[in-house]
Parts: sequence; structure tokens; C-alpha cells
Amino acid sequence: MLGEGILKGLAETARNFAGSFVSKERLTTVEYPEERLPLPEASRNFPFLVYDGQDWEKGLRCVACQICEKECPPKCIYIEKSKDKKPDFVGKPQIYPAKFDIDISVCMSCQICVEVCPFEAIKMNTEFELSTDDRFGGLLLDRKELAKSNEYYHQIHPTEATEVDARLAEEKAKAEAKARTDSAAKAKAAADAAAKAAAAPSKSPEGGTGTPTSAATKLPAQAAAKSPEPAAKPAEPPKTSTPKTEGGD
Amino acid sequence: MVSTLDQIFVLLKHWIVAHMPAALQSVVGVLLSVVCIIAVFPALFAISVLLERKGLGRMQNRLGPNRVGPFGILQPVADGIKSLTKEDIVPVGADRVVHFLAPVSMVAVVFMGYAVLPMGRNMTLVHMDAALLFYFAMGASTELSVFMAGWSSRNKYSLLGAMRAVAQMISYEVPLLLSSVGVVMATGSLSLDKIVEVQNQYSFGLPHWFIFTPWGLASFVLFAIAATAETNRSPFDLPEGESELVAGYFTEYSGFKFAEFFLAEYVGMLSVSGLGATLFLGGWSAPFSFLQFIPSWIWFFSKVMLSICVLIWLRGTLPRLRQDQLMNFAWKFVIPFTLLNLVDVAVWRFMGEGWARWIVCSAIVVIAYVVMVRAGMRRKNIAPRTYRYAE
Repeated sequence: MLGEGILKGLAETARNFAGSFVSKERLTTVEYPEERLPLPEASRNFPFLVYDGQDWEKGLRCVACQICEKECPPKCIYIEKSKDKKPDFVGKPQIYPAKFDIDISVCMSCQICVEVCPFEAIKMNTEFELSTDDRFGGLLLDRKELAKSNEYYHQIHPTEATEVDARLAEEKAKAEAKARTDSAAKAKAAADAAAKAAAAPSKSPEGGTGTPTSAATKLPAQAAAKSPEPAAKPAEPPKTSTPKTEGGD
Repeated sequence: MVSTLDQIFVLLKHWIVAHMPAALQSVVGVLLSVVCIIAVFPALFAISVLLERKGLGRMQNRLGPNRVGPFGILQPVADGIKSLTKEDIVPVGADRVVHFLAPVSMVAVVFMGYAVLPMGRNMTLVHMDAALLFYFAMGASTELSVFMAGWSSRNKYSLLGAMRAVAQMISYEVPLLLSSVGVVMATGSLSLDKIVEVQNQYSFGLPHWFIFTPWGLASFVLFAIAATAETNRSPFDLPEGESELVAGYFTEYSGFKFAEFFLAEYVGMLSVSGLGATLFLGGWSAPFSFLQFIPSWIWFFSKVMLSICVLIWLRGTLPRLRQDQLMNFAWKFVIPFTLLNLVDVAVWRFMGEGWARWIVCSAIVVIAYVVMVRAGMRRKNIAPRTYRYAE
């Protein structure tokens, strides 16, 4: 009969009306500033810079490679390289950003900067209460405002941060092992070179038959001659060889 | 029976008027009443807006506004300050004079209706013999304001919104009038004072309200439907249609002019609730004879606020109609039903006192309802919506 549905509907809304006073579970909303829903772990808003240790300026992972600045679609990142260098997490001296600004009024939260960063230096923050009365200065974050500790990163994205830490530890171990083998090789090469130098006067007259050995002794000698360089090189290649596709996961 | 508390406003007015020079007495008396109406109903408007926002919130399992003042009771004050301080924008192509006059005339006309409403014993501003006629004449004038607003904005969507609003208001004006005519037939008077007097009688402790007669109940329901549509309230709020049109005919209004339309809507709602209470719910008379010691104006205003609560409840429940459903419902169901109901009133009137007329009139109403619904369902005029989804 016509009108029956209306009465059913009225009963339903009346039940809601009365029920919302009685049972708290009915209320679908929370009173925001006092009460907050936990953010999902994958939530993100604007990027921040990760630093290790206590001092944000010393521990900044960023090496001012400017990849994020170039990749940023809305061009909201501005980086100035430093003139001097400071040691990074493996102890290698690196340049650092003298200036690192992100204009969050331009940023579109696409996370591309995080995905391209080879140093795990830039990550997405979950902070969203960023309103300010200063339209230009207040929304332009400098590196001090952007720097957040690794512990903070663990707090907001625990799973991701643990993965990143494991990766960095692995890299560090690899770099150390490499440095160790390099120094060992260097020592060995030096020893070989010394031995060769000692043996050279006696062995040189041997002629054609000595070619394989001379070729073999030649390589370490070359390596020994270039000794300062290999130490600098291995630090970078492992990073470029481990692509950062995990950043988006 | 007529206590001092019941007549307190009347006595107060007489006391103030008595202190005035003789030449000014009649003018001051009228002005006092006018000022009271203009002060009281916007205050009720604020209360009903708050009730609506809190009530709708609760119906949707939300808390509603609770930030301004304790439990959010100062929300209407904040809203008022906001709309007063907002920029008033008039479109470049608009007809400035008409654009300004539309909201003003709308509010003015809506307040005119209160002139004839009896808000308590001896509390009618103008004792008019053709009060009901005056009320409907004023109510119909809001259509002019709506069209002025839509036309002067020089915006084709505003104009379309105004056309829709006017079409709806004219369609529902007819059943609104026809359902009230029943009361006029039963009492033999157009005077609202007289209509209340007729209902202010008691037998076995129960009042002679028209809603307690078979034809009166049907008339009241039809009146409520038509009044809801006439004041553009949900589920008939197509002219405003917050979720799909941007306020229809008053799209181009901002600031306090927008607030004036809002005010006119609510004051109109209060006024039509007052009329409904006067016609069918016995106006200022008490629902039981032993409750007559409570002042009459308390009864009138509680009836009005109760109607407002029901309107809010309906708004929280019903989805909006489509334009063709709205028109079909008015012309193919409500109007024929009101016409049949007039026959019912005539039968009631000429069958005289006795139990027979109760049975006959109830039968007429029930049969009319069943037959019309069956016919309507068959022709799909008022049937529930059917949907065909894409495969």
C-alpha cells in the first residue's frame, strides 16, 4: 500500500535518532581534534629528509645528487650543493645539500622523489596539519624543517623503515667487505710488486717463455699503480646496481 | 479559565498602549505586535535551524554541530554573523533593482501571513473575516519573488530553477487551497479566529479538532504534503536541490541576501505550520480539557514546533522526488483526492450529528484512498521507482 515505505523509513530514522543517544558504537564519526583515527601505514602526504643519529645536520642521508629535483613533476624541490664534504653512513666523504627546500603548496604527493632516491634519504611523511597563516614562507619548508630522524620514520612507516634499514646495513657490510678486500688486494699487490721488483733483475733475461707470468704479474702492478681510485669507486656502484624499485611498495 | 498568564502579552500591550497619547494608541498597538512577530519568528527560525542540524545529524548517526557554545547551541549566532559579514556579490548582467527586491519582497510577504494567524487567545494581529483568503494571497506572492530572483540574476540556470520552483509551487498551491476549503465548509467561515473557536470545544474531555474527523485527517495529510511542497522542503526540495543544483533560483545570491532566502524558507515553514495547526490541530486550544490551564500561546507554539520536528524527520528520511514524479503526484493523486475529500466534507456536514456519519465518511476516505492508489499503481503514476541497470 502506498505510504507503507514512508512509515518504514520514518521508523528507521527514528531508531537511528534514538539509538545515537544510547549507543556510542552507532556514531560513525569521531570528534577530530580531540580524537583521531590511526592513519594507515601506507598513508603519505609530503616528503621529509631522513637523518641518522642525533644531529640532523651531520646525519642527513641526502648527498645532494639532485635526482629528485630533476624528477619532481611539479618542480617543487630546490637543492643547492655544498662546497665541502662530510662523511656519509659508510664513512665516505660526500657533498651534502647546503639548501634543500620543498614547496608543499606545489608538491602533489606523488612519491616519485622517494622512488628515485638512491640513498634512502627522502621519504613520505604522514603529517597533514600543515596549515599556516603565511602563504609563501610557511609552506616553503627548508632542510631543517624537513629533517626527521630515522626513529620518526620507524614510527610512521615501521615495515618500510625496517626494510630500508636492512638494505642499508647490507650495503654498508658490502662496502666494508669491499674495502677490506680492496685493502687486502692492495697490500697483496704491493707485496707482489715488491717481490717482482726484487725478482725482476734475475727473471728478465728469460725471454718468450716468461710471457704468461709477466702478463699475470702485470695486472696487480696496474692495480697497485691505481690504488687510490678503486677505493672511491666501489662506494657508488653498489647503489646504482641495486635499483630502488622497492621504494614504491 | 482565562488566566492572567494566558493573557499576559495582551495585558502588557494594553498597559503600554495606555501610556501613549490617544492619537498614537492604535499605531503603537499595531507596531508593538508587529515588532513581536518580527522578533519571535526569526528567533524560532534560529532554533529550528539548530534543531534541524542536530536532528538530521542524529538521524544519520552523527553528532551534529557541537563546537560553538555548549552543545553547539550558539551555532545559529555564528551562522548569522557569517552571513552578515560575507561579501554581497551582484552579477554584472543582473537587473540590480529586481535582484535586490526579490529577497526583500520574499521575506516581507512571508511575514505578512502572520498578520492573521491567531497565536493565542485574543492574540491575532488583524481580526479579518477573510483571513484564510488573505493568507493564501500572501503565500502565493512568494512565487513572484522566486521568479524575480531567477529572472533578475541573468543566469539561465537560475531562470530554469525559478521556472521549476514556480511550476512546483503553483501545482501544490491548488491542493493546499482545496484541502483547506474542507475546513471552511465545515465551519462556514474564512476567519481563522472563528475556525479556532469552533475547534475549542470539548466532549468527554477530547477537543473537537478537525484532525479527529475522517475528512479532517485526510485533509490534514494532504495539507501537510502540499505545505511541504509549497515551502520547498524535502522530499519536494527540487527548486533548491542542494546535492544536484546549486540552490536553483538563488544561485546568484550571496551574503545576507542569500540568508534572506534561507530565512524566508524557514519563516514560511513556521507560518504554514501555524496555519496547519490553526486549521486542523485546534490552533491555540489544549489537546485535553483538563490541560486548559496551560496558556494558549504555549499550545500554539508547541504545535508549530512539533510540526517543524516532523518536517525535519521527513527530511531526514525521504529521498528527493524527480520533477515528473513531483508533478504526477500533485496532479494525478493529491488534487483528485482533495476534490473527493470535499465531497466527504459535504456528506459529513449534511448527515448531521450521530454515529452514522463517522462510518460513512471513514468509508469514503478509505475507499477513495484504496481505489486511487490501485489506479495510480496500475498506471505507474505513483508506483515505487523501478530501475533498469545497464547489463
